[in-house]
Amino acid sequence: MYPDEFDYYEATTIEEAIDLLEDNAMEETELLAGGHSLLPAMKTGLSSPDVLIDIGEVDALHGVAVDDETLEIGAMNRYSDVLGSEDAREHAPALTAAIERVGDRQVRNRGTIGGNLAHADPASDLPGAALVSDATLVVQGPDGERSIPADEFYYGMYATDLGPAEILTKIEVPSAADAVGTYAKKPSPSSGYAMVGVAALLTVDDGTVESARIGANGAMDHGVRLDPVEEALVGESLDEETIATAAGHATDELDTALMMDDLQASGEFRAQLLEVYTERALEAAVDRAAAPAAAD
Amino acid sequence: MTEHDITLTVNGTDHELTVEPRTLLVHALRDELGYTGTNVGCESSLCGACTVHLDDDAVKSCTVLAVQADGATIETVEGLAEDGEFHPVQSGFQEEHGLQCGYCTPGMMMAATDLLEENPDPSREEIREGLEGNLCRCTGYQNIVNAVENAADEMHAGAVADGGCPADAADGSGSCCGSDAGDVRWPEDGGESE
Repeated sequence: MYPDEFDYYEATTIEEAIDLLEDNAMEETELLAGGHSLLPAMKTGLSSPDVLIDIGEVDALHGVAVDDETLEIGAMNRYSDVLGSEDAREHAPALTAAIERVGDRQVRNRGTIGGNLAHADPASDLPGAALVSDATLVVQGPDGERSIPADEFYYGMYATDLGPAEILTKIEVPSAADAVGTYAKKPSPSSGYAMVGVAALLTVDDGTVESARIGANGAMDHGVRLDPVEEALVGESLDEETIATAAGHATDELDTALMMDDLQASGEFRAQLLEVYTERALEAAVDRAAAPAAAD
Repeated sequence: MTEHDITLTVNGTDHELTVEPRTLLVHALRDELGYTGTNVGCESSLCGACTVHLDDDAVKSCTVLAVQADGATIETVEGLAEDGEFHPVQSGFQEEHGLQCGYCTPGMMMAATDLLEENPDPSREEIREGLEGNLCRCTGYQNIVNAVENAADEMHAGAVADGGCPADAADGSGSCCGSDAGDVRWPEDGGESE
């Protein structure tokens, strides 16, 4: 299964990549990161770009660092790079919990966090976690750099705020080192993508939920926060009853008529899955919240 | 469309070749360089039959462009055996009948060696998770998990023979340092062995 023919350029700097995007503006041009969404799409003919600009080896897009309580993850870090970073696990527990469930070992050794977020696949595992982590996506283009909050980045299926000559350069996440982060997912039995995935980021003090951020992907055409679930959690004791009640609010503010609906799962089924997997993400949070206390 | 000159170091041998941008790494390995041990399965990054190590990490070579791998070090299944001796993962698959038709086996073994490098003493659950990107249509996976366990024990025993593991920790389980997370793996590093 060969992709259609295309021209390939390897960029060595962000500026060079932006220049290449501008030079090839008249062609159908795609940025190539790890290629684990793009290459399968090209092989099946869903995508036939004329030009690929490889940014996978641009040094400035790598590295994970903590700066003033903010975790910075270069866009071209592979999933395995992020999981291998103690800083990322400590400061972005919901994001790393979601990354652990992406694809499989080989996919995580090759796919990138930036490629995932910029591709904006609604069934990807990261949009919900990016939202609950309050991530900011930093992009660079011909007019310089700008920062886009995750909740303003996604427009819909495969559609983002990224301009035609802009590149996602890094993801900034405010430290959530005091929170527990979890992700629960119903994978498609064939592709492994999320039919529904729920990310949770909670701070819990003495059994009481102080703050709660819950986000979902797979259910709608882009990641969404589940505000009513969050409201039902804050101030309550994190127990079975609270969790069951909160999870029951998972679809309250979603237009269920617009839920993703395909051969694998109807919108109605997804709505049901959303409640179940919200519950599972919260149950996992109970387990994780208990773990550090036991170690003290 | 411009062709590209690339260099791949495969199982220790440098190769220079000219490829179209759309040439997939698996096709460069098989069709251009003759490393046909790597199989092409689903071609959609699901089955793992094409798994090779790219700069020491297991990847699906049907989802990597050969140009992306320019300058990289590749290890294929042909590189596992040394001096005519099977790699412990290969012996494990033989001992435990970890294959029937054998089509998935090269990919399984490359994924397994990657797993064992990161986690030399995996639980059965961890082996299953480590191999979730590889599909087998014959075995039902049971013997594949046995094979990887066998390989882990074998590699561990090799490490002991090389003085890499304290012999007094032997517990007769076949895994001299124990496999429970609570066990102290290297008693001389402090702590007590239970």
